[in-house]
Order: sequence, then structure tokens, then C-alpha cells
Amino acid sequence: MGLLNFIKRIEPDKKKSPFLHTLYDGFFTFAYAPNTVTKGGVHIRDGMDLKRTMVLVVIGLQLCYLFGTYNIGHQHFDALGMFPGFLEGFHLKLAHGLIKMLPIFIWTHIVGLGIEFWFAAKKGHPIEEGFLVSGALIPLIMPPDIPIWILCVSVAFAVILGKEAFGGTGMNIWNVALLARVFVFFAYPTTISGDEVWVGGFEKVVPGMVAEYGWAHSMFNSLFGWFDLSTFESGRAIYDTYSGATPLALASKGGWAAVTEQFSIAQMWWGTIPGSIGETSKPLILIGAALLLATGIASWRVMFSMFLGCAFMGMIFNAWDATPFMDVPWYYHFYMGSFLFAMAFMATDPVTAASTNTGKWIYGFLIGVIGLIIRVFNPAYPEGWMLAILFMNTFAPLIDHYVLESNMKRRSKLGKPALGMAAVNSVELENSTAHG
Amino acid sequence: MLITSLVVIGIILAFISILSIADNLISIEAQKHGIDPDKSNLGLFPSVRDLFSKSAPGFVSGGQLVNLKKGHDIKLAGNPVSEVVPATAVTRVAIKPQDYRGIAPIPKMEVQVGDEVKAGQAIFFDKKNSDINFVSPVSGEVVEIRRGAKRAITHVVILADKEQSYHQFTPPSAGNSNPQEIIEFLKKSGAWTLINQRPFDILANSELVPENIFISTFDSSPLALDYNIALEGREEEFQKGLDVLGRLTTGKVYLGLDARGNEPAAAFTEATGVVKTWFRGKHPVGNVGVQIHHTNPIKSNKIVWTLDPQDVALIGRLFISGTYDGSRVVSVGGGQVLSPSHVKTYKGASIDELLKGNLSDEGTSRIIGGNVLSGSQVGADDFLSQQHNSISVIKEGDQYELFGWLLPITPRPSVSRTFPNFLIPNHEFEANTNTHGEQRAFVVTGQYENMLPMDIYPQHLMKAIMAGDIERMEGLGINELTEEDVALCEFSCTSKQPLQSILREGLDMMREQG
Repeated sequence: MGLLNFIKRIEPDKKKSPFLHTLYDGFFTFAYAPNTVTKGGVHIRDGMDLKRTMVLVVIGLQLCYLFGTYNIGHQHFDALGMFPGFLEGFHLKLAHGLIKMLPIFIWTHIVGLGIEFWFAAKKGHPIEEGFLVSGALIPLIMPPDIPIWILCVSVAFAVILGKEAFGGTGMNIWNVALLARVFVFFAYPTTISGDEVWVGGFEKVVPGMVAEYGWAHSMFNSLFGWFDLSTFESGRAIYDTYSGATPLALASKGGWAAVTEQFSIAQMWWGTIPGSIGETSKPLILIGAALLLATGIASWRVMFSMFLGCAFMGMIFNAWDATPFMDVPWYYHFYMGSFLFAMAFMATDPVTAASTNTGKWIYGFLIGVIGLIIRVFNPAYPEGWMLAILFMNTFAPLIDHYVLESNMKRRSKLGKPALGMAAVNSVELENSTAHG
Repeated sequence: MLITSLVVIGIILAFISILSIADNLISIEAQKHGIDPDKSNLGLFPSVRDLFSKSAPGFVSGGQLVNLKKGHDIKLAGNPVSEVVPATAVTRVAIKPQDYRGIAPIPKMEVQVGDEVKAGQAIFFDKKNSDINFVSPVSGEVVEIRRGAKRAITHVVILADKEQSYHQFTPPSAGNSNPQEIIEFLKKSGAWTLINQRPFDILANSELVPENIFISTFDSSPLALDYNIALEGREEEFQKGLDVLGRLTTGKVYLGLDARGNEPAAAFTEATGVVKTWFRGKHPVGNVGVQIHHTNPIKSNKIVWTLDPQDVALIGRLFISGTYDGSRVVSVGGGQVLSPSHVKTYKGASIDELLKGNLSDEGTSRIIGGNVLSGSQVGADDFLSQQHNSISVIKEGDQYELFGWLLPITPRPSVSRTFPNFLIPNHEFEANTNTHGEQRAFVVTGQYENMLPMDIYPQHLMKAIMAGDIERMEGLGINELTEEDVALCEFSCTSKQPLQSILREGLDMMREQG
């Protein structure tokens, strides 16, 4: 109770400093569940609230964070031809991963939360939890070497135009995290597409390019020096035959044969491949997805139908068989790219997905179909989930509209629709005179 | 390769379409002949429900069994024991004009403070419908007329006699008198005020003939009254009430019976002249609105009546002996009640006297007239509403909880699987009134649909109400709902939205439209 009293004492005045008060309120309700009681309506409330919902998604992402951070380092040394074993050079890979990851994570939250807090203070409503999840998702879907200023601009774009312009958490039409990524994709395409951006620590991922180390690396170097551990060596260059291409890039050029030439299936499954930070390791994503499904946070309908849609389209492509990419066996599409991450964490966003159960089936299935079409046919960028999900976000209200229309039609079949009681009275009076 | 697979897919699709067309034709034909009203029992494909559902309990007979999957049973501490004790301490009862939706706040009084009244004697009437009497449930002396804001009459308090005396009515014959005569008698004797009309859940309009009449014989809400106990020994009166009601509708009287646990009381299972439907499932399976939806849904320009079983027995007694007996069994439960039980008392009994010596003084209590989901908070000096048949007393939850949203210390009822509540399926929760979070915009979807076993999209309906879109509200089924039906949705709402008050706003809008 002492702590509670202390915290209550330092509460800023709401009128004098609305921004500080909003900030205080945000952190206070984070630490303490409020003491408000029910008033009118139900007298008892479920223990579930939006904070708990959101934080469970964040928990589901934690394994992706751990692996993604380490994999940044692993890919870096892989390109240099050093430490081929996954756990070799552990401290260097982890250090390099943290050096890349932390700024992305921190800046995403500074910009995103800053804008959230500012809008909350301006509109005088409490801070809503939406950015908790968006902020956890955005770093995972960026390439490790994304310039921080581009990241900040994209986050600001997504939060201001994607969310606050529509009225805040719960009101947005498009998935906020994907909006941030799609902004980078269209405004700064060279930083997020091609073969040269998916491995961190180089200006360009081409053979002969020298690794770039900064002050943070030298700091770690002196730390590792004290313990007699190996250190980052400047001047090392990418070996001659290395290519930073992702499995999808290879598949679009040479089909499945080209992919297996460079990566083993186990590598793609466990995720020790170049790619966006958090989306490479399939089992860890599946663990997160399992958590969301077991707790009922994410919709199994969306996940399952999206899987069905992708499998369906993959089989059609296999049958069609016009390009090498189409020939990739449909089940291997799940090993490449970010299908699972998009399925587990992006498509299931309840605000932007279809909101009726029937609608969720259609919504998920169409994402699966359209996403794979884009992946296979897009000549410039062989991946489609981001665009497919944003596309279906746009049409989710339309799907719901037709589901609701059919519900209304079912109901109106029970009797001629009549507005209000006026019609009721006249009809019933006729009945009652006949009856009496 | 492409050609072959396309041909194979084509053949499969053609086969599936032939099968499903045949299936549809069979069920359409069955429906035409009235064999298969809900399209589930006939057709080529057996329904999964029929194949895997639990078999019906042995006592289910004489009616269809409806299994409902959606909903949630909230188990709370302080369940009333199955024993009726007389409430000896209750001396005062009140009738509250505000209990009746749709009447003027200042009704015309027929008695004054100091008057002696008999049970069944008129107390006041509404100026718009001067032929409908609101009568006293007991005999005694009018001791107080309380007034509230704008001089609205809030309570007419009557001090009950030790020995009850009744106003003697001469009832028309239930069997062969004109329905109009029966209606006139119900209005005069005060029994008309026991009839609720749907849509809107308001006092029945005597100019409208109900298409059907629905009675739910069980309450599935937490800490609910057990009607099997309440109706014990009143089988004859209940049957008489059903007979009377049967004369007043162009359709049928529907009885919803409980197939969840033990066999219901004889009053219900042996009732005649009614359509029985058995219901099994979780709360809100006992809500009459849910039962209407699954038996004979309200057509969009029709009205139906709903009644409480104890009120049906009251009407029956009125026609048997000509007396209005305002006594009723009320359940008293909740974590703050020392000995939760069923109590025999009067309609509108004094809360204070009803709970005397039965309340725990640990922490502050909230007294709720009705159940914890759709009841209303009452003060100790208040009285039960005419419609309420239970009192629940739970703890107020006005304390902060460190990281309460993330790591709750005390167990709490929840429909969410993020709490390990599924490990303790029979735990009775000590729930309090804390909101467990702040109000937010609608974010989570599909949650309400799981809590309402009806073909309705509650979240979209709520949004239509907030937007004031009358046509959409009606289309999405607002007329099938009343507050108690969405109460469980409101309980489970992650965004802590006040669904019941939003719904009532919408119902009022619909009513004004007419």
C-alpha cells in the first residue's frame, strides 16, 4: 500500500499538464488494475481486458524476437564465411544482433508511443493498448539494416494516417504494422527488396563488400577483450560466391531446384536464412500461433482458411505448371517467406479482419489465394502476404456487409418487414377485432 | 497434367453440387410437409450435432429437445440451497410505478397514507390506460408514499397484516367465457400487469393479440431461483394459469423446460394444452428470449407475451379462488449472504427485512435486486421490484490490484482461456464488482456471438444502435432481444462496453418510431 500511496501522490494535475497526466495515467493503469466498479448493467465483469489481450500477442512474439536478434548476427557471419555452426561465435552473433535490433525496437516505440500519447492527451482519452502489439510487430517485419530515419517516418505514417486519423485503437481499417512496412516498400523500395538488404552489417550484400562496424561494435570488442573472447575484425569481406538472396528470390528465378541448391529444407524450417528479422523461424512462429489459438486470442478460422487458401492456390499452380516458380510443390510454399508469420500475427488482427465468423472464413481464404498469386506472379518482389492482407483489410467490411445482409434477409423472411409499432398496431387491431 | 487435374476437379465439383442440391431438395420438401422445421434432421448428410451430441436424458418427453452450444455458466459462491424458508421478518412491501416500463411517472393514486387495503385491491392506475389496475400484493395499511425527482411517485409502502385478507373477485370461467371478458377481468384484478410484451419487453398492450405466449420454467443465470421449488404444490394453479393464457392468444402457449440436470417439477412436466420444448445448454439457455428464438421466432410485425411461472400460478389461483395472492418465493444468494436459501415472501418485499441478520459484514456489500448480470443495485431501505425473484449480494471491488490485468491474485470468473479457470471447472468464484479494466472501443470480434445462442450479430447490432440506424437495427434482430439476453455478452466484453444500456437505447428508439 505504501507504493500505491506514493504513486498516487505524484499524480500530475489533469488541467495544468494534460500530457503528463495522460502519461501518468497510462503507466499507472499499467501497474495497477483500476479500482472502478460496475455501474448500471452487469454487476460483475470478466477478468479479461484489452491490456491482457494485447500482451498475450506480445508474449507470443517473444521467441521470434530472441531468434530474430540472434539470426541477424548469424547471417552476418555466414556472409563473411565465419562461424558456420549456428552456436559458434555465440557472443559475437548476439552482440551484432543486439546492435542492429535495439535501435529498431527503441525507435519504433519512441515514435509510435510518442504519437499515441500525444493524441491521447490532445483528445483527453486514456492511452489505448493498440500500439503495444503494433510496436512489437513492426521491428520483426523490417530488414535488419533498415535506416532508422526511414523506420521512424514509416511508423509515424502508419500511426498517424493509419490509426489516429480514423479515431484510434479499434477504428483503423488497415493493419498498422503492415502499413508501416508497405510505406517503406513503396517509398524506399531499395531498402526492403532485392537480394542485397536481408543481411545486416554491410552497405550492400555483394561479394567483396567489407563489413561495417561502428562504435557499438568497438565497445563490445573491448568488453570481449577483457574476457579473452574473439572480437569483431574490421576489414573482413563477403566471400566470393556468397549471395544474399532469400529462398523466394531464388525460387522466382530458378524454381525449387535453385532454392535447394543453396538452402536445405531444415535450414528454411528452423529459420537460419536471410529475411525480415522475425519471420524466418517457422517452429517458433508456430509456438506463438499455438499460444494465440489455445488462449482464443486469435481466430482459428482466419488462420485455417488462410492456410487452405494458400494450399488451394499452390495446387492449382502445380497443375498449371507454366513457370519454374509455379512448379514449386505447394507444401514447400509454407517453408519459404513469411506466410506463417502473416497468418499467425497479421491476418488475425481482429480490428482489421472481417468481424463475422462466416466473413472470417472468406477473408482468410482470399488472403491465402491472393497472397500466393502475388508471390508467384509479381516480377519485382516475390512475396505477397503484406499486400494481400492490406487488400483484404480493405474488403473485410464488404464481406461483413454481405454476411449481415444475408442475416437480415433470413430474418425478414419470417414476416413482412415493417418499421416500428405503427404498422404493428394496425395489423394487430384487425386481428383482435376478428378475434374478439 | 493441367488438363487432367482440371477434369478431376470438375468431376468432383459436379458430384458435390449434385449431392448438395439433392440434400437441399429433401430438406425443402420436408419443411413443406412440416416434418423438419429446423432443417437439421432430414437430408443426405447427418448433422454433426445429431451424431456426436449427448443423448437426451430419460425424462425428456412430449417435446422437442434443443441443444445449445453457446453461452457460459458463471459459477458463483453462495448458491441458494434447495429449501424454502418463510421470511418471518418481512412486514413491509412496496409497489414501485417505475417497475413498469411505459407508464407515466405520476400515476393516479387510489389510496392515501393510512388507508387499509386488501390483497388485490387497486393502489393506482396509469392515466393513459385507466382500466388497468395496479394492485396491492398484500393486505395491510398504506404507511408511506415516497416521491422522487419531479414529484414522481417511487414507492407505495404497505405494512402487511399478520393474517392476510383478500379482496374477493368473481372470475369469469376460464373455459368458455369470451376472451374479451377474461382480459377485462385480468385488467381489473391487477393480473394484467404481470404480462410482458415483446418486442421491447414492456407492459402488454391490451389492444394487441399475442401471436404466441412463452414461459421459461427455469432460470440459468448465476445464483438463480429454482422454479421447481417455487412451484411445488402449485401444480393445479399453474395449469389453470396456462389454460387462461391459452384463451388469449391466436397461437399457442410455449413452455421451455430444463433438460440440463434433474427432472423438472411435475407442474411443468405434466402441464397440458401447451407446446413443450426442452432446452439443454449453458446460460442464457433459460432466458425466454433465447427460447423464443429457437421455438417460434417473433415475426417482424407481431407481438408475443412472456410471463414468469410464479405469475402464471398467481393468475391460476385468481381464476380458482378469486383471490390475488402476492406471495412468491425469492432466492437469496451471493458470497456476502451467510445462509443462502429460497425465501417465501411477498412481491416487493423490503430488502432490509428480507436480509436481516443474513449478511456478512466483511467488506462493503452490493445488494442487487435480480441476478448479478441484469439486476439492479438497490439500497437496504429499498424494496424488491415486482419482476425480481432473486436477490444477490456480492462484495464491492473498489480496490486497486498490482498488475491485476496480467497476474491476477484472486481467481475470477472469465470466459477467456487466458485464465486457468478450465482447471477448476467446479470452482465457485467469489466475484466482486470491479470492472477489471477500463472501457475501450470494440476491438475483439466474435466474442459476443459465442455468448448468445441466437442467429444474431450482437456487435454489429450495437454499432447500428450507436449509429441510430433504425432499419438496420430491426434487420439485425433488435426486436428479439432484451437486456437480459445481452447481459452475458456484456459480462464477457473485453472492451467493457455497456451493452445493456446501449440495447435499451435502441429499443426506446424503435418504440418511439411507432
